[in-house]
Amino acid sequence: MPDDTDRRLLRHLLTEPKLGTAELAERAGVTTATCWRRLERLRAEGVIRKQEAVIDWRALGYAVEVSLRFTLDKTNPRAFDEFLAAAREVPEVVTIETLLGRVDVRLSVIARDMGHYQQVYRSRILTLPHIAELEALMLIATIKESEALPL
Amino acid sequence: MIDLDDTDRAILRALAQEGGLSAGELGRRLDLSQPATWRRVRRLEEAGILAGNRVEVDRAALGFGVTVFLGVKLATRGRVSLEDFERAVVAIPEVQVVQHVLGLFDYRLRVVARDIADFERVLRRRIMTLPGVGQVEANVVLTEERRPGPLA
Repeated sequence: MPDDTDRRLLRHLLTEPKLGTAELAERAGVTTATCWRRLERLRAEGVIRKQEAVIDWRALGYAVEVSLRFTLDKTNPRAFDEFLAAAREVPEVVTIETLLGRVDVRLSVIARDMGHYQQVYRSRILTLPHIAELEALMLIATIKESEALPL
Repeated sequence: MIDLDDTDRAILRALAQEGGLSAGELGRRLDLSQPATWRRVRRLEEAGILAGNRVEVDRAALGFGVTVFLGVKLATRGRVSLEDFERAVVAIPEVQVVQHVLGLFDYRLRVVARDIADFERVLRRRIMTLPGVGQVEANVVLTEERRPGPLA
């Protein structure tokens, strides 16, 4: 179980993921060696799952991002598995979430422009299996995006 | 916008898996010298394509067992200021993501909570009291998966 020092380290790391071990140690008030050892342990225990680079798709020319919310035909017991497997085959799908509520699955889909989006939507999205209902939210701006937790 | 070659795409794919890789280690995997790798990473950062790091944690192990996506519609009556809503919503520590969207809702929020009771507290005390907030729809996150995207 993570203790108070672990929580303090994680609070700083989640707020500023760019920090190196030495800077992180200083902010959390521990030695660099302690910081390094604790981060290693948190990784080994699976508390820290992954450290990954964030790719800005807009900077890569993908100007359009749409959040697609699906309700699936649940009379088919394989609906979720088959839908998810097919969605993973679409390169423009950058996030897949399964949900509990009115919406079953949400996909984030990126495209170069509206023409490209329409093409992806018609040929790759509407052809996904077991769709009962589908609605779209077009992303205008991301105001906040953080993994920080109120630890 | 800069042109990417196969090596750039391989660098992006590798760093999207392991953000902490050093230029030396990354270069070894791609059969590239350390300085050449470093130059390419720098170029991708300067173009804004590599936009920092994300640390993914097991939220449940840290006591946050519930993640909820909220669709928020602002009330149509009266003049609603998007700035007032945004300023207030980004200050809520439990709100990790705020996106302005076009469609059935005006905003999408990702909210973390310790459990369902804690979520109810956040929803009632913090979300429903936001300036201009109207209809709210909640969907609890079961699984989340980030895909490599069109980098092949």
